[in-house]
Amino acid sequence: MSNTKNEWPLWEVFVRSKAGLDHKHCGSLHAADSAMAIQMARDVYTRRQEGTSIWVVRSEQIVASDPVEKGSLFEPADDKVYRHPTFYELPEELNHM
Amino acid sequence: MYTQAMDLMAREARPKVVKSAEELAREEAFEARIDAGDFIEAKDWMPDHYRKTLVRQISQHAHSEIVGMLPEGNWITRAPTLKRKAILLAKVQDEGGHGLYLYAAAETLGTSRDEMTEALLSGKAKYSSIFNYPTLTWADIGVIGWLVDGAAIMNQVPLCRCSYAPYARAMIRVCREESFHQRQGYESLLVMMQKGTTAQKAMVQDAVNRWWWPALMMFGPADKDSPNSEQSMRWGIKRVSNDTLRQKFVDATIPQAEILGVTVPDPDLKWNAERESYDFGAIDWSEFWRVVGGEGPCNRERLAARNKAWDDGAWVREAAMAHSKKQATKAQAA
Repeated sequence: MSNTKNEWPLWEVFVRSKAGLDHKHCGSLHAADSAMAIQMARDVYTRRQEGTSIWVVRSEQIVASDPVEKGSLFEPADDKVYRHPTFYELPEELNHM
Repeated sequence: MYTQAMDLMAREARPKVVKSAEELAREEAFEARIDAGDFIEAKDWMPDHYRKTLVRQISQHAHSEIVGMLPEGNWITRAPTLKRKAILLAKVQDEGGHGLYLYAAAETLGTSRDEMTEALLSGKAKYSSIFNYPTLTWADIGVIGWLVDGAAIMNQVPLCRCSYAPYARAMIRVCREESFHQRQGYESLLVMMQKGTTAQKAMVQDAVNRWWWPALMMFGPADKDSPNSEQSMRWGIKRVSNDTLRQKFVDATIPQAEILGVTVPDPDLKWNAERESYDFGAIDWSEFWRVVGGEGPCNRERLAARNKAWDDGAWVREAAMAHSKKQATKAQAA
């Protein structure tokens, strides 16, 4: 990797598309500080009314699960079908339980 | 537009290294994921050559978007009306945005923005050959929207299903915005052809004559001369071959030219009822390779413009960083 010490830091951008919905990750960008990151996120990711609110967070602050541990983290849920309502067969006359 | 990049990857001999059993197993697992139609994410294991191919393709795609701002930017101050100026500004801003989505996608593979910028500015990295042609008249702006963005859409839609997920996601965003680009271009030509003077109509035809062949070259060399394609298809980086896309583009575009009332400069163009497709004339590949090799009409001008922008912006980049550090120190002290 080349010399990146002069690069503006990298930020992850999360946008809430409309009131009531979650902020959703939509990409990343370089900016010198948080105010600039918000400004640039607006220009880069919401040129067509895609957003009503923006979060930015320094990419280096994101802690992510390791793909290698995908199995040990998520597979235990595979055999616990009883956690889903559809696992239980109930008489139809109950209507919507 | 921009699968050209892959075709231009030097016909590199891939180093034949002896792989350990563990490496082979990982490669096999990777291939199996590709075969199953799985998306590959940034932190997943991937073969070096897959990573390298993608860095090259995505960064060159990004460079194309950024350099692509130049020929159109040339007409922002001279757009014929305020409406056309606002539209052109929005379009050029979109191209800048597309470049940024793509640089960010390439960075997930472990390359840096500076590294990519350096490769563009030094001339080491390529960008699409189409942007080395000049925009001589206002009609060129309409034709770029119609033909150049039309070709780009043809090329980019299959990339939304690229096996590398960050690239696919960026392409979905790009494609959503690209259709406006093509429609605004076609509509501006339609106005000139339906309401314009004889001279304006001639201007449109002249622009089509100049852009037609370069637009067909955007799809890259013929399949038989595209040695890297096979591996890229295998890995789901590229989904449809150059010649297939080119044919699709011609078939879609000729009826649009008829509605517009222009012709394309190809005496060999003719409907083939048996194939249900247009036959078209031979492409001058010597021109393509000349332009790719740096000898197109505007190669030097484009690179000089990017270098100047980078150099002129240096103090801004430094000042913004210095300001940010100063604010951080102040906040710590408080």
